[in-house]
Amino acid sequence: MNEAELLDIEVTLFLEALYRRHGYDFRNYAKASIRRRVAGLTSLAGVGSVAELIPRTLRDASFLPEILAQLSVPVTDMFRDAPVFQALRQQVLPILASWPRLKIWQAGCATGEEVYSLAILLEEEGLLERTLIYATDINDLALKKAEDGIFPLAGLDDAQKRHRESGGRRPLAEYGVSGHGYFRLDQRLREHIVFAHHNLVCDGVFCEVHLVLCRNVMIYFDRELQARALRLFHESLGRGGFLCLGTRESLRHFESDSGFAVVDRENRIFRRGEEKAA
Amino acid sequence: MSAIDAVVIGCSAGGLEALQQVLRLFPAGLGVPVVIVSHTAPDGIYLLPQLLGRICALPVAEAEEGEPVLAGHVYLASPNYHLLIEPDRRFALSTDPKVCNVRPAIDVLFVSAADAFRGRLAGIVLTGANADGARGLRAVAEAGGFGLVQDPLTAFADAMPRAAIASVPTAKVLPLPAIAGEVIALCRP
Repeated sequence: MNEAELLDIEVTLFLEALYRRHGYDFRNYAKASIRRRVAGLTSLAGVGSVAELIPRTLRDASFLPEILAQLSVPVTDMFRDAPVFQALRQQVLPILASWPRLKIWQAGCATGEEVYSLAILLEEEGLLERTLIYATDINDLALKKAEDGIFPLAGLDDAQKRHRESGGRRPLAEYGVSGHGYFRLDQRLREHIVFAHHNLVCDGVFCEVHLVLCRNVMIYFDRELQARALRLFHESLGRGGFLCLGTRESLRHFESDSGFAVVDRENRIFRRGEEKAA
Repeated sequence: MSAIDAVVIGCSAGGLEALQQVLRLFPAGLGVPVVIVSHTAPDGIYLLPQLLGRICALPVAEAEEGEPVLAGHVYLASPNYHLLIEPDRRFALSTDPKVCNVRPAIDVLFVSAADAFRGRLAGIVLTGANADGARGLRAVAEAGGFGLVQDPLTAFADAMPRAAIASVPTAKVLPLPAIAGEVIALCRP
């Protein structure tokens, strides 16, 4: 048996232990990325093999936050993919503006850069006052950071550039205060966001929304889990509701029966159609 | 039977010209997939697929999440995403943190490819100005695969090939045309 086959067994056993002990189910995540992350956890925990993670996973409850932080590595930037935000601004928000109250769900918000970008976008289009955004993630440490809304100042210049490219009218710096190398977003934006723990792998529909953003989350899922998440989004969206995925994600494998129509292929924006999801 | 099932290539500064020199020598119907990570800017229009498509006899496209890795095709990593190969030899993408300060990173592709293809893989490190690819090439070699490195003396930037050679002293060090020739030889039935 070669090293890759051994590692495969170890990773499978570790994920099984994590699931049966703590209920977190990463068993249907795409294998190559989860292997990288488990390898990262192995060196972080200072053990020599993946198998050695298993006793701690089973017996040491204080190890769980470390596991989850490492297995759901949060990486986002404010206004990542400016053209997507421009498309939301020009093609989606004008349609959503016809509703008296708006609800938006960002699934997999990580540390929150994107959900605050969205709030700024809504503010600029005059919709924030009547909008409630649900921002969910499985990583509680990331959620806590998102709730704080404090980001390193270092990334602000690039974010500012992308914000402008997305059609942003005011300097980004006006949406918060800076100091000590950090930028804190306005409480006013924060008031329209509800942060909550939600797991796409096992949790269900919790409300009806007009727009779902789930960018670069499903790329980590296997086909089965992707299909589950899509059904969940379909059920959570009212008729005519919008779905926005990551710029390299697609419904290609589901298109015939996903219940979504393409609005903007380039920017991965879809709309819930009349038919039911398969 | 050929000696390999896939080729992975990594390059950075000066990479376009080096890739053109290698890819233009690959014949149509090359019996393996060629998967490339070239460090690129995260935003803007991604021109590399068209630029390489023009001079290459094989079809060139961005690797798409979930697609099978097919022989006779050249695939490129998308800007701002790591590219990986799943054990079932399909592509996977990730937005995990940068590795060696870059995304896509050569190391991420090579390590996953070594997992998927084991010894039936050739890993190639070309010109570049950082050390990305060194760890990945070692994973290829440790899995029993073939390591090829552009001769640093012929490289636009020699840091990356030098780091790869230091990491895998057994790698074959060759100028670009000879690297293409070596790949074609490894693909021969």
